[in-house]
Amino acid sequence: MSTATADIQERPGAESVNYLNANYGIKSWFLTFDHKRIGLLYLASINLMFLVGGIAAVMMRFHLIEPQGALFEPETYNKMFSTHGIIMVFFFLVPSIPATLGNFLIPLMIGARDVAFPKLNLLSWYVFITGASLALIGVLTGGVDTGWTFYPPYSSLYSHTAVTVVAFGVFIAGFSSILTGLNFIVTIHKMRAPGMTWFRLPLFIWAMYATSLIFVLGTPVIAITLFLLALERILHVGIFDPAVGGDPLLFQHLFWFYSHPAVYIMILPGMGVVSELITAFSRKKIFGYSFVAFSSLSIAVISFVVWGHHMFVTGQSVYAGLVFSVLSFLVAIPSAVKVFNWTATLYRGSISYEAPMLYALGFIGLFTIGGLTGLFLASLATDVHLNGTYFIVAHFHYVMVGGAVMAYLGGIHFWWPKISGRLYPDLWARIAAAIIFIGFNLTFFPQFVLGYLGMPRRYAVYPAEFQVLNVMSSAGASILGIGYVIPLVYLIWSMKYGPVASANPWKAKGLEWTVPSPPPTENFAEIPIVTEDAYNYPTIEAHQYPDAPGVARV
Amino acid sequence: MHRGWLVSEMAAHGAHPPGFAHQFETVEQQREAGTLGMWIFLATEILFFGGMFTSYIVYRSLHLQSFIAGSHELKVVFGATNTAVLICSSLTMALAIRSAQTGRSKGSTIFWLILTMILGAAFIAIKLRYEWYADYVEGIVPGVNWVAGGGHTPGVKMFMCFYFFMTGLHALHMVVGLGILTVLVIMTARNRFSSEYYSPLEISGLYWHFVDIVWIFLFPLLYLIGGRYHGS
Repeated sequence: MSTATADIQERPGAESVNYLNANYGIKSWFLTFDHKRIGLLYLASINLMFLVGGIAAVMMRFHLIEPQGALFEPETYNKMFSTHGIIMVFFFLVPSIPATLGNFLIPLMIGARDVAFPKLNLLSWYVFITGASLALIGVLTGGVDTGWTFYPPYSSLYSHTAVTVVAFGVFIAGFSSILTGLNFIVTIHKMRAPGMTWFRLPLFIWAMYATSLIFVLGTPVIAITLFLLALERILHVGIFDPAVGGDPLLFQHLFWFYSHPAVYIMILPGMGVVSELITAFSRKKIFGYSFVAFSSLSIAVISFVVWGHHMFVTGQSVYAGLVFSVLSFLVAIPSAVKVFNWTATLYRGSISYEAPMLYALGFIGLFTIGGLTGLFLASLATDVHLNGTYFIVAHFHYVMVGGAVMAYLGGIHFWWPKISGRLYPDLWARIAAAIIFIGFNLTFFPQFVLGYLGMPRRYAVYPAEFQVLNVMSSAGASILGIGYVIPLVYLIWSMKYGPVASANPWKAKGLEWTVPSPPPTENFAEIPIVTEDAYNYPTIEAHQYPDAPGVARV
Repeated sequence: MHRGWLVSEMAAHGAHPPGFAHQFETVEQQREAGTLGMWIFLATEILFFGGMFTSYIVYRSLHLQSFIAGSHELKVVFGATNTAVLICSSLTMALAIRSAQTGRSKGSTIFWLILTMILGAAFIAIKLRYEWYADYVEGIVPGVNWVAGGGHTPGVKMFMCFYFFMTGLHALHMVVGLGILTVLVIMTARNRFSSEYYSPLEISGLYWHFVDIVWIFLFPLLYLIGGRYHGS
């Protein structure tokens, strides 16, 4: 980063002072309180974690080319999928959009100079780095073979791997989520510019607000749960060990009380990004603003009462299962509200297909598949058949990768000119988006079929009749891997060689586009006064029927 | 709408009030942000302790007799003494804030803060010397010194685990609180507070009272509801 910014200053016709070139050197980055720089620190660190988790995934898929396994001993394979899951969930997906784009954009979007607690913000990054380092140390010195869920007794009696270290890593990283969530809630409540009322906020802000609620209310529970698990291992006392009166199911309850809402930590920010992208590239006001805003909040609230659907077959009572099944179906309502509103926004919009829009459209399609297959799993009887198979793997990858990662990439592309002050090559970006879409579907669609046919997840070997579908999936994974590397190359390239971006290259609405690219350290020379709604794009109706009632004025 | 004008002007004249951070537009905004932040933090603490309380309650219902037997191992007299000590410390904390709020001398604020610290330290001292140390001598500390047998079922061991986890986590919060109070004493001595600006005192008070309230739940849950006074 600092080398790239150094080049910017050396360019002839020096640009104005901004947050990237305001000062230089290691200390100016590692001791910064600027939310934009902290966002970039997070960007670099979580992408590194994505790389680690991604390598583990590629090796798993390579192993599964042969029915008897091509690469590892079964124990090593167990460590590989556990590493993939733990790194991707806790150290990439959970912080992905909130810690990078959220940090960078929230103050800019609401018209503030910084988040409410800049020092806490920097602290959260150091906490994250500490947790991530511990997890990586654990992975390198013995690994974990518990799966990302740490279920006892896999994680207590039967594991002789570095479970304690990794669990502490996740525990510590949890506090970085809590600090980030706390900071965002206070920022959104108290730092809005004059005139920026709640219903003028960009929908990304509503999504971040809902996400932050889950951060602060869910994360402490998994923290204490992993703490108990670590104590059980260290002190050899039986908290979750049935031999001395413990209850492994209690761990599952506590774990999913956080980890199911955590699924919405991963997808809600993506939904927020997509709401921004769809309006910007349809040049149209979002359809049903308040419905989209409140659907974020209702997803956050409902997410806390559905955790039992992970335990339909693990000894939970039938009646609890019934209730959790019904409640799980409820989540589909606000999710569908969002999808319908996005499609209604597209309707008669002036759509253009720049790279961020390709990701957004990909998100809508893949999230819909991921969401609807979730309903199969929320149904008690179907779940008995599909639980623990590749169907589940495919389902949550459609939501997490097809949804969250697509939105993350779309968001990074959309705001990249603002972040870096440079434009990336749009053709390459579109090619990469297409490759990722194809690679993704080739990887995960066969897994729906595999799961339906009964192939269990987390097995190092499988019957020979599943080989064709597994090879398809592995081939898709290699395409997907290439798709992820391409943006990494051209985005880094663009920091030095990309054309200089204007303040608003997409002609989009929103306060973040009113400041220079990259923004100055203090964001706004003068705090803006907001006088209009979000996404106030001129409508076609306004041109055609300027006098019609209810038509937004240009 | 109107907020910000005053401070924009103050900023223009370089007249920042003490303790004012650059990202805010008004002193009021900063105060509200700090208070809201602390309340949210306390909400996360409730969930944090909540996970442990939930586990405790589940296991209590699974192993009721063992948990009652375990409860009888606790030193209820010292637990009750500590409850009184903590409640007094909340009073002195409130008086420290009031002293700053009403613009008394900084000596008065420091007096109440130090008294709060003494009470907090007394709580920890009693807990260490007369409860945990005594438990250690008796051999009822799971994982550290647990004398197997002695008529204790695994459920009793489970109870003692939760007792040490929950009171230990609470004591950790007390230690953090003492650290915060130390900083507040130094800040008060350096004239950082006035009757216009004392929000660090106020939000630290919220934290101190919260830690107090956690104990108010821990004490009956661990020491009292074991049927201790019903002839068992």
